[in-house]
Amino acid sequence: MGKTIAEKIFASHLVDEPFAGTKVVRLDVVMCHEITTPIAIDDLIARGKDRVFDTGKIKAVIDHVTPSKDSKTATQAKILRDWARRHGIKDFFDVGANGVCHALFPEKGFIRPGYTVIMGDSHTCTHGAFGAFAAGVGTTDLEVGILKGVCAFREPKTIRININGTLSKGVYAKDVILFVIGQLGVNGATDRVIEFRGPVVEAMSMESRMTLCNMAIEAGGTSGICMPDAVTVDYLWPFINSDYPTKEAALKAFKEWSSDPDAVYDRVVDIDVTKLTPVVTYGYKPDLVKPVTEMAGTPVDQVYLGSCTNGRLEDLRVAAAILKGRKIAPTVRAILSPATPQIYREAMHEGLIDIFMEAGFCVTNPTCGACLGMSNGVLADGEVCASTTNRNFMGRMGKGGMVHLMSPATSAATAIEGMIADPRKYL
Amino acid sequence: MKTFGGPALFLDRADINTDEIIPAKYLNEITKQDLQPYMLEDLKLAGFDPQGEKTREARVVVSRANFGCGSSREHAPWVFEVNDITAVIAESFARIFRQNMFNCGMAAIELPKEKIDLLFSYAGYPDTSIFVDIAAQKINVNGGGKGEVLPFELSPFDKALVLAGGWVDYADQKY
Ligand code: SF4
Repeated sequence: MGKTIAEKIFASHLVDEPFAGTKVVRLDVVMCHEITTPIAIDDLIARGKDRVFDTGKIKAVIDHVTPSKDSKTATQAKILRDWARRHGIKDFFDVGANGVCHALFPEKGFIRPGYTVIMGDSHTCTHGAFGAFAAGVGTTDLEVGILKGVCAFREPKTIRININGTLSKGVYAKDVILFVIGQLGVNGATDRVIEFRGPVVEAMSMESRMTLCNMAIEAGGTSGICMPDAVTVDYLWPFINSDYPTKEAALKAFKEWSSDPDAVYDRVVDIDVTKLTPVVTYGYKPDLVKPVTEMAGTPVDQVYLGSCTNGRLEDLRVAAAILKGRKIAPTVRAILSPATPQIYREAMHEGLIDIFMEAGFCVTNPTCGACLGMSNGVLADGEVCASTTNRNFMGRMGKGGMVHLMSPATSAATAIEGMIADPRKYL
Repeated sequence: MKTFGGPALFLDRADINTDEIIPAKYLNEITKQDLQPYMLEDLKLAGFDPQGEKTREARVVVSRANFGCGSSREHAPWVFEVNDITAVIAESFARIFRQNMFNCGMAAIELPKEKIDLLFSYAGYPDTSIFVDIAAQKINVNGGGKGEVLPFELSPFDKALVLAGGWVDYADQKY
């Protein structure tokens, strides 16, 4: 009987099975940010266990509120910074070098096919785009990960989603994943890994695959996962070219981390996206999804382009192509937060930042910022935001605020009109 | 042996998320105790008052499917803990929230829909209390002059975590 990629990763990393159904696995990467890690650090100190299992496997970043906005967030940053220095964690990214964790760490080449990855952050599933098992955990699991390099899971079953057909103009990975979540429901994948397969995924860039995997958690999924292929090798090549003589050799090694053709799935879902149109969410749950045409004309107060879902260069290019030579509506304010310094600089070199600024966007430093309503664009009570982020919960971007999730293209069209708009007419 | 419980707070909606349990703007707090005043602050539910007496007195929460979805923040179990709520009973949980509860030595108990409906039938009595006996895997509900005992399933690992008081010491000794 064949195995899924998740089963292969679990089998190769198994440390212990303390009880039937519980697997303790060895971790390859433990990622930390300044919101969920400081309490773990304080707890380790209180227990007299201020140790780390492996300084090279721990990565840390200040990203949620940066530069710090008040003394409390400055204290969180300080606890993380002092800890990273104390333990000699070299992959620590502070103000100036920092960006949104799930965009920054892949860009640094930290993730490989077959890896196990945890972080005290629910969108850790993003890293499954590389053929890794990557799961968000709470602070206690993170604490044990830091201390011992292990984590316990109920071994997840896998839902395979075959994405067939071809994407039409104006339809992107974000539209696909919102549509998939609409099909599965917000808990349709609880305790499941979502395996994204099919020709549409194979044709996608790593950035688009990350957008897909990023939102697996919005259907309750433990991790999203894609099969490593030549696209994965190309992306990682600058980091692995001394490990493998050729790209072909790397591809052969990576292919070991693929689901067998006769693997057994919990569920297989076939989706044809050929007729899919741009979509947006309309309520306070990410599975409430409608075609943009049904929502067009809904006024918005703010447009937010950024986050670990859609703050990458590819996203900025798509939005800038629509905004070029146009202005945002006078009734709207628009904020761009490139997800990492590298993305920011490349966007600058390509002239994209100029396009955004001429259109009337405010461009912020890389940060999570408004995505979770902590800084840089928090909504007032009753305000509406068109956002490329991943959560539309009531109050997510500010108490009493409403969030419509959409693709970067749809957000750009919305900025121009000041109300939800179909991007296809601008393409 | 560990028993959790007391007065029950009924939250009659599915998909209650961690932003509703503790809004992100309070994630800048450094200690668990600092979270105490903000429990369920953004939850909009008919008849529910985050500052109300019923909420303050509660020791157990009863809710519907997919409780605790959304962010991984352990601040959600912590805000319950510092408000002396140490057990949540629901039809189902989001994975991370469920594990966070057990990792902290608290209980996230799943019951089938008809049993949850039965618990909700006690919501109207002012004196309803619920006790969760982890070792015996039984829930005792009492209110309005009647009572019931409901057995529940619990994975042996999660049971061991609750009985050990959490995951950190367990893991440090073992791995
Ligand atoms: S960008 Fe938003 S969803 Fe992504 S890690 Fe930051 S706060 Fe979380």
